[in-house]
Amino acid sequence: MSQDTKHLEITLETQVESVNLAEEMCLRVAEAAGFGEDDCYRIGMSVREGVINAFHYGNEERPDKKIYLALDLTPEKMIIHVLDEGKGFDLNSVPDPLAEENLLCTSGRGIFLMRAFMDEFKVVPGRTGGAEVIMSKKLPSAQHSGNNGKGEQKTESESKGA
Amino acid sequence: MALRATYRESQGITVVDIGGRITLGEGSALLRKTVRELLEEKRTLILLNLADVDYIDSSGIGELVSAYTGVKNRGGTLKLLHLTKKVHDLLQLTKLFTVFDVYSDESTALSSFR
Repeated sequence: MSQDTKHLEITLETQVESVNLAEEMCLRVAEAAGFGEDDCYRIGMSVREGVINAFHYGNEERPDKKIYLALDLTPEKMIIHVLDEGKGFDLNSVPDPLAEENLLCTSGRGIFLMRAFMDEFKVVPGRTGGAEVIMSKKLPSAQHSGNNGKGEQKTESESKGA
Repeated sequence: MALRATYRESQGITVVDIGGRITLGEGSALLRKTVRELLEEKRTLILLNLADVDYIDSSGIGELVSAYTGVKNRGGTLKLLHLTKKVHDLLQLTKLFTVFDVYSDESTALSSFR
């Protein structure tokens, strides 16, 4: 890891309260890193959704399992990792929540929101055997004039469904 | 901020004034409980006033959808009033704006039930 990168990690219990805790922690880092209100909202929402996924789908709400949240703050971007202890999943198998037949589904929008709100998003097999969500947002100081932090940029892995 | 919900009757419509965050946990649960109680009281024409809802996550969106379908399945109608910008943008992003009837004026919303 580069000396310019600040790293922070926390192990969360598989409980509802961890969602707010993770959001608050990431918001503080995002604010300190100079992100504006709108970007902080998007980052906070994405972290919530990542941890909700880990809590509900990954760890199946089992209190004996943990959620690992890590933040890397590089000179260019803020990178967020959310790792669960579940069985992992294939991003390609996640239904499109915007499809007509899925609009009235009561769940399944978390990944869509993370993709929409962050610049980069992917899911990889984690060291625990579970899924690791990795997402990032460019720091305001590193954003190009054409990208107002609205998440237009996508990684190659994201476009291929990671 | 914890979710709060109170309701009042206006022109035969139950207007539910909601404030706070509709998120995983207590927020979503309170919305679910409120709508369930209304349906048990045979109140099936419901206007959710979201003027003071400043935040909603995917669980909250799911709860709104659940409320909508639950009321519809009982032969009723559920509509939304006074969306804050964040909630408005989120419903637009998730295409739920095409599902919900949304109003920015209470009297127009109440008239629409007739």
